[in-house]
Amino acid sequence: MKSGSKLDRRAFLQAAIAAAAAAGLGCSRNGTPWRFFTLEEARTLAAICDQMIPPDHDPGAAWAGVVNYIDRQLCGPLRRLRQTYRAGIAAVDETSRRLHATPFADLTSPLQIEFLRQMEAGQVPAGIWKQNSSPEFFGLVVDHTMQGFYGDPRHGGNRDGVSWKMLGLPYPPIRGRLRYDLTKL
Amino acid sequence: MALKRVNAVVVGGGAGGGIVAKELAVAGLSVVLLERGKWYTPFDDRKDDLRNQRTCVLGNSFGPDEERNPRVFVDSRGQEHISRSNDGTYSNNAACVGGGTLSYGAMAWRFLEKDFRMRSTYGTVDGSTLDDWPISYADLEPFYEKAEWEVGVSGDDSNNVFRAPRKRALPMPPLPPNHEYQLLKPAALRLGLHPFDLPMLRNSVPYNGRAACMRCRWCVGFACEVDAKNGTQNTVIPTALKSGNCELRLECIAKEISTDSHGNATGVAYFDRNGRLQEQPADVVVVSCSAVESARLLLNSKSRLFPNGLGNRHDWVGRNLQGHAYTGAAGLFDHDTYDDLGPGASIAICDYNHGTRGFIGGGLLANEFIRLPYQFAGLRIPGVPRWGVAHKEFMRQFYRRSVYVMGPMQEMPVFEARVEVDSRVKDHWGIPVARLSGHRHENDVIGAKFLAAKAEAWLKEAGAIRTVAFDWVSRDSLSGGQHQAGTCRMGNDPRTSVVDRSCRIHDADNVYVVDGSVHVTNGGFNPVLTIMAIAYYVSDNLVKSWKGTHGHS
Repeated sequence: MKSGSKLDRRAFLQAAIAAAAAAGLGCSRNGTPWRFFTLEEARTLAAICDQMIPPDHDPGAAWAGVVNYIDRQLCGPLRRLRQTYRAGIAAVDETSRRLHATPFADLTSPLQIEFLRQMEAGQVPAGIWKQNSSPEFFGLVVDHTMQGFYGDPRHGGNRDGVSWKMLGLPYPPIRGRLRYDLTKL
Repeated sequence: MALKRVNAVVVGGGAGGGIVAKELAVAGLSVVLLERGKWYTPFDDRKDDLRNQRTCVLGNSFGPDEERNPRVFVDSRGQEHISRSNDGTYSNNAACVGGGTLSYGAMAWRFLEKDFRMRSTYGTVDGSTLDDWPISYADLEPFYEKAEWEVGVSGDDSNNVFRAPRKRALPMPPLPPNHEYQLLKPAALRLGLHPFDLPMLRNSVPYNGRAACMRCRWCVGFACEVDAKNGTQNTVIPTALKSGNCELRLECIAKEISTDSHGNATGVAYFDRNGRLQEQPADVVVVSCSAVESARLLLNSKSRLFPNGLGNRHDWVGRNLQGHAYTGAAGLFDHDTYDDLGPGASIAICDYNHGTRGFIGGGLLANEFIRLPYQFAGLRIPGVPRWGVAHKEFMRQFYRRSVYVMGPMQEMPVFEARVEVDSRVKDHWGIPVARLSGHRHENDVIGAKFLAAKAEAWLKEAGAIRTVAFDWVSRDSLSGGQHQAGTCRMGNDPRTSVVDRSCRIHDADNVYVVDGSVHVTNGGFNPVLTIMAIAYYVSDNLVKSWKGTHGHS
């Protein structure tokens, strides 16, 4: 799938979010498929993550379940970052609304990329980013996106080992004991 | 309530403490080994690339617990931070039976002769407490050999022309070369360097009843799934327990060393796994908690005679915290270099450990352990963005086409780089926590730059189409980390050291420190084999003197 077409991209994103969220059913809270995020937050975050690792001839971050990964960790080891995410995602959408009169997820892909570059460089309107600066939050999301996409699938991302297959690593991973010939002891 | 008195209580079941416990127990002394962590089997490690002992973004796998064991870190601007055990500023090693040796990369280096005589070799250095060790390489040589044979080392350093003399070859041959080795060896030879098969505490063939390495990718940071990596948890500690003279107590948190009115230790006060305060009386106390925690335990052992902590009469406990200025370079190739053959690290040179103009000391260079995908995603190459389609394309193109050459630059000890105990922050058990502060010496920065450039040159000669030298070593950053050392310096002068040449605290007749803390300097090498050798050396003296004074008991 090419990333240029706006409609294709949005439809794809929504399918990706639904698929990723399905993996987390059973842990749902407050009527959403997510443990921590609201539906709107998850939609915004999926759009951000999908620019960090966009789909091309290999799937992107949203399909791989990166939002699910982050959502899970915010109810686990990264619990202390909940407020950072809540405030950060709100700041992204508020910035987007002020600049473009629309939430981030509804921007065209080129506009999203431009937006994220400015966010990374701290070139954002004053008064919106309070808890963390925009480059701080950006750095955090980049790192967590890489974890969710390239890390072990057991944590809710890297669906079907998609990134490991993309890199040419055997999947399921070969582990020591499978390689070991007990007759040679 | 006091427990039954024993001859020796050893605090910490890592590289140093595990060996001392075994040597004393086998010699017939009664020993209690206190370990703050658990005893993991090889199958407890789930090979999690986001939660292990090196990449711990979701926590560490072998402790200590992130919530109950904070430290205070003071940054270069003097700001205090609460540091958790999976933060980079924490200087974590591990908290488990075996300590760091359960999950280490297991490079098994002997220091060089000059590494014990740094001040004699280079003179005094401004801004550093650089000094000679009170013991020499020759004093440790038999004990290096003992560590290599008892714990188990594979490799072949016969082509290392810089090595210190050894009496006996290593007990196991090296693992067969991986692809990186085959690229790097001829390149090193073309550059006039002296490459060799690096020594590892890892079975290349079945040894001491355990399997050979099967070359999986889960090595450094993980426990070995087939138990082919040799630490104290699968060698000397089981031997100690089999002797019948050693009791291992898990999840025990040492609070302080108790002393009598003469200043001698009477035992160790600790919290047991149920949180109850216990007092273990002993004739001898051995502190083997690694450089940060050993200093903390001594500093927390205050009494009328030792108001500033045991062994700290002259304010040297906790000083000279050092590790290594780790540096190196990454090379990108136009063909696959990845062959999925662990552990990855296989070839090394010692051409740059000493004798380079412009700075003091140096370090080994070796290719790096296998890099898992998330680790590789963090590689920063000028011109390659850290996100977006270009980053994804970079990952696709180069994950299997990259080689890293890395090395530990020997650090100049700095008096202000230190461990204290914090006056306000306490751990889960109410014990004051370690407080880390200080900076590096300028020499570390210069040497690290030099080593990184040499790593780059080696990679280029091996065919790298693009290289990037790592330049993250700065004067403002505090060292320590997994190679932490130096905080209870060994020396002949009680005014400028903490322990004597037998690793006994100057101030007390029956307290020993046996871990990297006693290192005067930390070599340009991973320190574990030296810690093990010192543990055998101390035990040898201790057992001899014990038999001299307790021969008829």
